[in-house]
Amino acid sequence: MQSIDDKDLGTPAAHSGQQVTLEIDGREVTVPAGTSIMRAAALADLQIPRLCATEALAPFGSCRLCIVQIEGRNGFPASCTTPVAPGIKVRTSGERVEGLRRNVMELYMSDHPLDPFECKAGGKCELHQMAAEVGLEQMRYPAGHNHLELKVDDTNPYFSFDPTRCILCSRCVRACDEVQGTFALTIDGRGFASLMSPGEHQHYADSECVSCGACVQACPTDALMEKTVLERGAAERAVITTCGYCGVGCSFKAELRGDQVVRMVPNRNGLPNHGHSCVKGRFAWGYATHPDRALKPMIRKRISDPWAEVSWSEAINYAAAEFKRVQKQYGRGAVGGITSSRCTNEETYLVQKLVRAAFGNNNVDTCARVCHSPTGYGLKTAFGTPAGTQDFDSVNASDVIVVIGANPTEGHPVFASIMKRRLREGARLIVIDPRAIELVRMPHVAADYHLQLQPGTNVAILNAMSHVIVTEGLVNERFIAERCDPAEYATWKKFIAEPRNSPESVEQASGVPAASISGAARLYAQGPNSAIYYGLGVTEHSQGSTAVLAMANLAMVTGNLGRPGVGVNPLRGQNNVQGANDVGSFPHELTGYRHISDGKMRAEFEAAWGTKLDAEPGLRIPNMFDAALDGSFRGLYIEGEDVAQSDPNTHHVAAALGAMEIVVVQDIFLNETAKYAHVFLPGSSFLEKDGTFTNAERRISPVRKVMEPLAGYADWQVTCLLSNALGYPMEYRHPSEIMDEIARLTPTFSGVSYEKLDRLGSVQWPCNAEAPAGTTVMHVGQFVRGKGRILVTEYVPTDERTSARYPLLLTTGRILTQYNVGTQTRRTRNVRWHLEDLLEIHPHDAEQRGIRDGDWVEVASRAGATTLHAQVTDRVAPGVVYTTFHHPESGANVVTTENSDWATNCPEYKVTAVQVMPTRRVPERPTAEQIIRAAEQQIGK
Amino acid sequence: MDTHHLAKMANQIAEFFTSAMEREAAVAATTTHLRNFWEPRMRREIVEYAKGGGTELTDVARAAVVALG
Repeated sequence: MQSIDDKDLGTPAAHSGQQVTLEIDGREVTVPAGTSIMRAAALADLQIPRLCATEALAPFGSCRLCIVQIEGRNGFPASCTTPVAPGIKVRTSGERVEGLRRNVMELYMSDHPLDPFECKAGGKCELHQMAAEVGLEQMRYPAGHNHLELKVDDTNPYFSFDPTRCILCSRCVRACDEVQGTFALTIDGRGFASLMSPGEHQHYADSECVSCGACVQACPTDALMEKTVLERGAAERAVITTCGYCGVGCSFKAELRGDQVVRMVPNRNGLPNHGHSCVKGRFAWGYATHPDRALKPMIRKRISDPWAEVSWSEAINYAAAEFKRVQKQYGRGAVGGITSSRCTNEETYLVQKLVRAAFGNNNVDTCARVCHSPTGYGLKTAFGTPAGTQDFDSVNASDVIVVIGANPTEGHPVFASIMKRRLREGARLIVIDPRAIELVRMPHVAADYHLQLQPGTNVAILNAMSHVIVTEGLVNERFIAERCDPAEYATWKKFIAEPRNSPESVEQASGVPAASISGAARLYAQGPNSAIYYGLGVTEHSQGSTAVLAMANLAMVTGNLGRPGVGVNPLRGQNNVQGANDVGSFPHELTGYRHISDGKMRAEFEAAWGTKLDAEPGLRIPNMFDAALDGSFRGLYIEGEDVAQSDPNTHHVAAALGAMEIVVVQDIFLNETAKYAHVFLPGSSFLEKDGTFTNAERRISPVRKVMEPLAGYADWQVTCLLSNALGYPMEYRHPSEIMDEIARLTPTFSGVSYEKLDRLGSVQWPCNAEAPAGTTVMHVGQFVRGKGRILVTEYVPTDERTSARYPLLLTTGRILTQYNVGTQTRRTRNVRWHLEDLLEIHPHDAEQRGIRDGDWVEVASRAGATTLHAQVTDRVAPGVVYTTFHHPESGANVVTTENSDWATNCPEYKVTAVQVMPTRRVPERPTAEQIIRAAEQQIGK
Repeated sequence: MDTHHLAKMANQIAEFFTSAMEREAAVAATTTHLRNFWEPRMRREIVEYAKGGGTELTDVARAAVVALG
């Protein structure tokens, strides 16, 4: 069922520059060539009845309800599949057409529950709407064979399928094919025996359905319905907001009945998702009203004491007094803060402002430290801007797509759907990953090359690809001459041509056949439009920044920058990690990535903020922990981050947090980090926020609250309270004023305002006088820094080596239904799909160790050990094991080490030497039933 | 802070720049990187370490740290 206030024009828009004029019901209508008659009529406010057509899907022509008459043509063509033609005269009504439509509706209604009051879609059922529209008043067919005895498929936790309501319009099947690209649904059987079927006579739960909800949204009847609509009733109003999960940043309509959210429907007009979503954004929002929500401020003197609920003022004053005491005793630099990549730009800006202005130092950092900080360093060094070069829609113009160290079908599913559509159209695919991720081979998608490299050898492979491009004369010399530093290019060219960078030389270390590397390189160079998409499998390495530079080199030497279809595209994991970086969360930069040492720029901030600022870079998160252990860092204000679970080497992090004298955690749940906190300040979910998020394509999108903050204050207000108590006044009436301040101080944001966001929906920065509507593709014509830098990227093997004691390499990643450390998704019905983190192990490695599928195994590194169930699979190569990190009980980060990227200290999560052995020491873990029951509770139930 | 760890980090930085440029430029680039990204107490500690011998520092890293001080 579509959103309550969506207007559907029937078929997708055509984008021809040529215009066609025709006549519909006596009215002259002009539309782009290729537009369907149905859409042309709708644009002229002439509605043609329809059931199988929706503008989200290609026209299908099956329901025959949308028939029209065209003067001079025989028959009654379907208006959805008939394109406009110059001068044609169309009649959408008339006795014969209307009679035929009523006959069609009679047939539909003869096999459908007749009472419209039984319809669970409320007034939104298109079948009943069309029945009324065509004037169906009687049913001439006697009772006979029908499908009204079929059983409801209730197996999906979020929606049900009632086949008695299904009219076999195939919208759901087509949505699963065209929009999502999973091809999980089909119309099984022929004629009267036809039935919509997930998989082969399977229930939804057993099928390949990924619960994106596209079928539910496409369904014109109440056959496919969200369970929350069935439970709570139809929505009455909608609020546009932005998803609080991954870095795609889908635009949603939060539909409400009263003050209660009924469902989240992807905003058809919203970017970048064009009306699509994944299971998390669409369905997994129940955590916002989970009973685990900690809604009262709490304090305790020691972390071994029980929590005591107190008033807001007592908690804030206690926190402020402790920070002041610690600074007085240990120095100004003894405290700091960590901003949240889940909070809004405005909230994050205030936390870094508090640290700089109220604490008086630059000890502020963000979780990008542990994920994409190498992106910031590498892309800023090479191009001048530490962000992706394109928008997500750019992939629609790509001819060759490289996916390296990323798993978009799991981590960025809506972008993956857009990419898969392009791949089905014929784009070529190169996957560089230690695992056979889903993209390597899935329905209608197959990678031309899967370079299944050993963890830790990204730079070797990227250099080898560049070696082929240079030695085989595939370089775009013209692009380099126009746009890149010639001296640096010459130095790099000499380096990369050396035999030690050849595919043959890196074959053994990487585990990738030289021929595959060469083939992939030639394919990338051939393009004509080649794009690179990458994730944490690139950045979370000791050579993360080097790998980003190596990818930038590849793009520059082949001329794949500065237009749609190309680029270097970081797939940022979190809803606002880009934004957190943009608004000054790094210890060495103020907003807009300007170094704190820049005196002129710093003076502007000092004037605006009314205080002197420290000119020296502050501590990064790993440095904070090191400094805590040596006693020089004693206080931390953490908003919306769970470092005790997300950061590497858990024992080290726990020891550091335990060594501090004041830890303030501001969050929506009592997370793992809160175990080490002295003050807990209850935070707000995205449903309770007003502000903006910035996604991976630099798109600033509005976040609008649908409920008041359950704890009484919005996160930005809490930070203001704390700052005021610390003696640095912060007075804002609304988050829009915070954004106005960011815009005043930040040249790349100077054109951003809430008024503009309301008007345009969203903007991609830079948004300023030069680009008032924002910037889709960067570095057009020239790089932001002027000349691009092609730098030498020597491959340096990581220190993390396998040994007799630790002979396997562990790498980690994400799964579709869970998000990061699972704080949100483990408190939703999504938990059913991932009750625990598993250890993927290759059959050879498993056999050598006597491990069977499902056995408990101990995974041990030099940092620590944890216990997981084994999953024997050939998705990983021999010598490599893999797990996710969504459950605190499995403690994947207990085993990860302190190794980090040379430039940014981004932890090397993706390479840990481990041993895996069967174990009889079975940990006590909750049962599946306990986990599911705990997850599905809601406040008030 | 753990000077062994600081030395390792400094060495890694120096290694990157050494691979990309001549020694003198690599020293200068490493010094600049340390100044731009390392908090003062980290810089003080590594400088003290270098003054005290700093045996774990590579040649370029040591020169860069000395230039910091």
